Amino acid sequence: MSADFLYGIEVLINGLMAGVLYALVALGFVLIYKASGIFNYAQGVMALFGALTLTGIMSGQVPFAHLINATFGTHIHNFGWNVPALGAIALTLVVMVCFAWMVQKFVFRHLVGQEPIILFMATIGLAYFLEGMGDLMWGSDIKKLDVGLPQGGSRWVEDITAGLGGDDFYGFFIDKLDMVATLVAAILVISLVMFSQYTKQGRAMRAVADDHQAALSVGISLNYIWILVWSLAGLVALVAGIMWGAKSGVQFSLSLIALKALPVLMLGGFTSIPGAIVGGLIIGVGEKLFEYLIGAPFLGGATENWFAYVLALIFLVFRPQGLFGEKIIERV
Amino acid sequence: MMLENQTLAPSDGYVTADGRQIGGVMMDLRNITLRFGGVEAIKDISFDIREGEIRAIIGPNGAGKSSMLNVISGFYVPQEGEVWFNGAKRPPTKPYQVARQGIARTFQNIALFEGMSVLDNVMTGRLRQMSSGLFSQALWWGKAQTEEVENRAAVERIIDFLEIQSIRKTPVGRLPYGLKKRVELARALAAEPHLLLLDEPMAGMNVEEKEDMSRFILDVNDEFGTTIALIEHDMGVVMDLSDRVVVMDYGRKIGDGTPEEVRNNEAVIDAYLGVSHD
Ligand SMILES: Nc1ncnc2c1ncn2[C@@H]1O[C@H](COP(=O)(O)OP(=O)(O)OP(=O)(O)O)[C@@H](O)[C@H]1O
Ligand SMILES: [Mg+2]
Repeated sequence: MSADFLYGIEVLINGLMAGVLYALVALGFVLIYKASGIFNYAQGVMALFGALTLTGIMSGQVPFAHLINATFGTHIHNFGWNVPALGAIALTLVVMVCFAWMVQKFVFRHLVGQEPIILFMATIGLAYFLEGMGDLMWGSDIKKLDVGLPQGGSRWVEDITAGLGGDDFYGFFIDKLDMVATLVAAILVISLVMFSQYTKQGRAMRAVADDHQAALSVGISLNYIWILVWSLAGLVALVAGIMWGAKSGVQFSLSLIALKALPVLMLGGFTSIPGAIVGGLIIGVGEKLFEYLIGAPFLGGATENWFAYVLALIFLVFRPQGLFGEKIIERV
Repeated sequence: MMLENQTLAPSDGYVTADGRQIGGVMMDLRNITLRFGGVEAIKDISFDIREGEIRAIIGPNGAGKSSMLNVISGFYVPQEGEVWFNGAKRPPTKPYQVARQGIARTFQNIALFEGMSVLDNVMTGRLRQMSSGLFSQALWWGKAQTEEVENRAAVERIIDFLEIQSIRKTPVGRLPYGLKKRVELARALAAEPHLLLLDEPMAGMNVEEKEDMSRFILDVNDEFGTTIALIEHDMGVVMDLSDRVVVMDYGRKIGDGTPEEVRNNEAVIDAYLGVSHD
């Protein structure tokens, strides 16, 4: 096989792996949107906040240290301990669930029945609030996140694939962190699908997504389900935050991963879990292949940022309801 | 004109025309008034529903029948009046809490989970019976697993009972109207309710479908002893099914008694014949 073709395959694999992560981030949006009709602008900031909280807890940082010191004239910054990664992840999850509860209790409970645009505006407010909260709690400096995930290219993959091509092919270069991220994201996506299909809470979630009145009539508390979906979205955000944070540090730009999910949503539809998964994969593969085949050789590269949107736009024109959405036929 | 059963003490039962024993008062509505802005949908209405009976609410369009059912199921909160359930005054209760107390309902305009299969729709009716928590559910541990199996069995019995085996896996959105009504009843029955509220269960059905539905309603009442309150426009059906009838018109109660009594009630006849209200 020619080396070019094999490198094309490598690009494809990398695209698929990126796609799984996009799918995960998109799922965070879909979960909330389906259950409550809220397009959660804050999803990306939740990933940032999750990663910030995780690094903070792991390194034994005192939350609100700046505020405390400024108020009481103290000089505390650190508890002087380190929390192991798994314990810190569990604690961060607790924080994310608390956040979900507060969002429901203090914001959306009071906005039930409001126009979608108002709910959307509320999430914009929430995004900036949470961003400021992250700063206030953990400081605004760039942090390194090391939860012990492997880094660098996998020699093993390189070695066993090197034989596929001729002398000009050196094997697939696959980043170990990407591999782990893909695996974790895939497991999480599959678990979420199983959870929503086969458990009573999952069924209740789908019920609420489908019809609020009917859900109430069988004894489902909307409030409970909304806290649940915000918690799950928090979990998704945290995992995405860990993967991205481990790669490029925990800093504000991490919240922009949400932008990666938008084309996925345009493609897959806002209400479809399979749509998010397939959409994620298509975007991941599409942008990497485009860059490899056309972007880098002819357009000077760096097409990945915008190509996903072009792809999604083209798609949108022909299938506005998304990949798996029902065709909308206006009744007259 | 005051009717015979109004003199019955709350704890007393009575025997129906077809010989069924009816128990004491289960649901007691006292002086309910419900307003929407300036519109008084319900005006100072009192009536009760007794253990084991089939109670009909009838009246012309806009009389406030659905509103009454919505008050019972907690969807509407009346401005005045009290709801007594099982001998205790009910504090303000959310619809989902009412459902968990064993009051199931169907809707006039059908509220099903259109995207889910018939089986899944009926399964949601069993949420009340499933007590395992979030974590055991998420991890599919012990209790969650046995619960799911038991509930599946119960749901299959209801599906058999309502003769909808052949559409178990069909997404509800694809079903014709009459079958949707039946699935909605199945979901309500899955909760094994003490009190079943049916808002026009036969509206829009053909004669044959109506007969089936009547039979199901009678069987539910007979076999499971479920107390039923239903709204229906078809007088023939009402006369056949119900033990006692409340008649509403313009938000007021204008009659209450056995089908026989109600049919001969002056005010009821006027309301249905459209005699002017001045
Ligand atoms: N949610 C609501 N908001 C405002 N007005 C309402 C609401 N629900 C009912 N109404 C009004 O209350 C009155 C009674 O309505 P209701 O639906 O209870 O009547 P109904 O007896 O069920 O009529 P139908 O036989 O047509 O179903 C009507 O005037 C209706 O417009
Ligand atoms: Mg009605």
